Amino acid sequence: MKNLWNKCIERYGYPKVYITIFLALLLIIAIIQKQSIPDLLIDSLIRIGMNSILVLAMVPGIISGTGLNFALSIGILCGILAGCIAIEMKLVGLTAFIVAVLINIPLAAVAGYFYGLLLNRVKGDEMTVGTYMGFSMVSLMSIGWLVLPFKNPDMVWAIGGRGLRVTITLVDKYDKVLDHLIPFKLFGRNLPIGTLLFFAICCFLMWLFLRSKTGAAMIAAGDNQKFAEASGINVNKQRMIGVIISMILGGIGIIVYAQSYGFFQLYQGPLMMPFVAISAILIGGASAKKASIGNVISGLILFQALLTISLPVINKMMPEGNLSEVIRIIVSNGVILYALTRMGGNE
Amino acid sequence: MEAKNVIELKNIEKEYFGNKVLKGVNMTVKKGEIHALVGENGAGKSTLMNIIFGMPVIHSTGGYNGEIFFDGEAVEIKTPKDAMDLGIGMVHQEFMLLPGFTITENIKLNREITKHNPVSRFLGPALKSLDIPAMRKDAQDALKNLGMNVDDWLPIAGLPVGYMQFVEIAREIDKKNIKLLVFDEPTAVLAESEAEKLLDAMKKLADKGIAILFITHRLDEVLSVADNITVLRDGEQVGQIKREDATIAKIAQMMVGRKVERIEREVRTSEEKQDIIMSIRNLSVDMPGEMVHNVDLDIKRGEILGIGGLAGQGKIGIANGIMGLYNATGEVIMNGKKLKLNDPRESIKNGLAFVSEDRRGVGLLLDNSIELNIVMTSMQIQNKFLKPFLGLKFLQMQDHKAIRAWAEKMIKDLDIRCTGPTQYTRRLSGGNQQKVCIARALTLEPELLFVSEPTRGIDIGAKKLVLDLLVKLNQELGMTIVMTSSELGELRSICDRIAIVYNGTVQGILSPKDSDVDFGLMMAGKYDLLSKEVM
Repeated sequence: MKNLWNKCIERYGYPKVYITIFLALLLIIAIIQKQSIPDLLIDSLIRIGMNSILVLAMVPGIISGTGLNFALSIGILCGILAGCIAIEMKLVGLTAFIVAVLINIPLAAVAGYFYGLLLNRVKGDEMTVGTYMGFSMVSLMSIGWLVLPFKNPDMVWAIGGRGLRVTITLVDKYDKVLDHLIPFKLFGRNLPIGTLLFFAICCFLMWLFLRSKTGAAMIAAGDNQKFAEASGINVNKQRMIGVIISMILGGIGIIVYAQSYGFFQLYQGPLMMPFVAISAILIGGASAKKASIGNVISGLILFQALLTISLPVINKMMPEGNLSEVIRIIVSNGVILYALTRMGGNE
Repeated sequence: MEAKNVIELKNIEKEYFGNKVLKGVNMTVKKGEIHALVGENGAGKSTLMNIIFGMPVIHSTGGYNGEIFFDGEAVEIKTPKDAMDLGIGMVHQEFMLLPGFTITENIKLNREITKHNPVSRFLGPALKSLDIPAMRKDAQDALKNLGMNVDDWLPIAGLPVGYMQFVEIAREIDKKNIKLLVFDEPTAVLAESEAEKLLDAMKKLADKGIAILFITHRLDEVLSVADNITVLRDGEQVGQIKREDATIAKIAQMMVGRKVERIEREVRTSEEKQDIIMSIRNLSVDMPGEMVHNVDLDIKRGEILGIGGLAGQGKIGIANGIMGLYNATGEVIMNGKKLKLNDPRESIKNGLAFVSEDRRGVGLLLDNSIELNIVMTSMQIQNKFLKPFLGLKFLQMQDHKAIRAWAEKMIKDLDIRCTGPTQYTRRLSGGNQQKVCIARALTLEPELLFVSEPTRGIDIGAKKLVLDLLVKLNQELGMTIVMTSSELGELRSICDRIAIVYNGTVQGILSPKDSDVDFGLMMAGKYDLLSKEVM
């Protein structure tokens, strides 16, 4: 028994094992509470798809040596902007989604380029600088959302006709285009097959990229900067590429998130989103220096399932309205905190 | 009447992980005596000092054998604090001073003179105020004792290096119970005039009755101040001589002398090979701790050239400069073509390869597989091990089959002990890591291979394998090899010629068969002295 435990720890690391145990515990309580387990699992699946690309966006940043991308909110802002432009163009359905993704790419690439310039000047402090850079950009764009010349009445404030609303609904636009792309029902619920498929494709492309010449150079730059320099690799360029790809994926990530969620959340909405993605990949076993696609997938499943399942369980345990909300915040932030203490890896 | 022994070491032995670094050292230092301890790098000087000063590194690695008597009593020094309580002071090679504090504050740090004030009477001695005039007076006395004339209220930051050294000494002698002062290469960072002043100060201190243990490899300093000289070599006490009997040549020979085994090949005479593959002119390299100034050196095709010298003299900087890892100026001509400096890519493209002395820092991707380590440089610069993706030329993917096949071949050829080509290099032993580094360099198929400190930190068996491998590469593939090493014995065992670097420049080139005296003198920068004596 003890042997098995040690083996598990060695193979998967403490975070994964603990979170899995906690998750199993929650499921058992859910069964005792007579909750609908299929519903809980399908909800988890939807949330996994929703957040998938955002977590994947962490990988190029970590591999290129810039650490966890705490400034992912910059990419997210680009994605929201691109999503709003697509709505402004009065596009609907899959076309709107694809156009939003295409518009996002140059926007996020430019933002990533400038952010990369900054990061190459603050080597070693990327994560602290990134956190505050992300916060600043979210605040700056809060002004932006007010003054940008959007006209579509579905998005701007009804009174005054200027400035975007806090939440923009995607109903009748591209709500659930990916989630419902391939209809598949289980227990009367739609499964988000399309989103998961899209995630799988992105993972595959990332996997291919890491096996290219540039991918190898990026791995070298991230693992050992001096080694890379001695091998004639331009470290700053590799870091730049990593940041740009991360930002682009962040933008695509929020569009995928929005189509599944049904809304864009502007203003302070993107503020804490990077932390959720970071926690997921850390729980998956990544560190600030090393990450793989496997970390992304396992982290996503554990973290999102935990969040999804803990909420109804705690609600049932403490029906006094406010208290369950407080507990929920403690759990989700607790998981984030735990994940951040694991930043150095699984030692 | 004989002066009293301050410290007496009896049969001191020390092992680091089965590697004996001190093999029975006996030494006594008397009151008022200056005792010099000389030896090459790695001879065991620092270890001995660490034992005397009770550094934690000694006790965390299993302690030492032997006895230490201090003032005639057997003592066990377990921590630096024990040493200080006994009256042992240490002047470190690197300064341990707070740059933002004044000289006085540094001298009196943690031993401040305090006086009561109204608050401290109620709330305890931790809140006593400093008696600055008294502290300054003490500091001035200490500085005066050293013959230093400097305002004691200046901050440390901005003082000349020499002054910092004096402040460090002043701090030690300000301790009232000081009986033994250890100087660990105190003159290494000083200019000549400063060094002289320091030596004068040492003599003054000795006259006051303080015993001094002086570690250095500047032999002329030894002769000018030391009363007795102990020479260490490979952890063994080679000898102890009085100053009257010592000459530089004698000390040099004791320092270096060892049986040199040449492995399986003859020295090729220099007339045979005149084809010069690389000529270095006026090379200066700005590598911290290993500065190189205006080096001129010719490397002949097909030879193994050794670069030797003591640590910090610049031998490491030469290869690093040519490979573009540290900023270099000057001219390097390779095969008749001028090599662009400060650009590693350019150096590698021109057929150079480098096995760095800093294996874990520069030489390896510790968190990646052996195979990726081996092919990385070649892939990035020579575009080997790549195949286009779906026939598209601009999408170059790694060719995993080719990489795996090559890595397996290298693992077999170099006998890298591992679980397979996908094992992370962090998990390998030092010797096997070194082989991975060499494999990476070989993958580049270089014309000229620079190898720095190839055997540092690896065990004896692996050392021989690495050296044999270098010889094999040289003989079978005709690869020109430049090997930089701190271990003279190793250089003398495989090199055709050995350039000795002192103070950033090449002092001269010796044959491995030259005498120990020549090597010792040249490494100490006193070679011209010998030739004068001969004349």
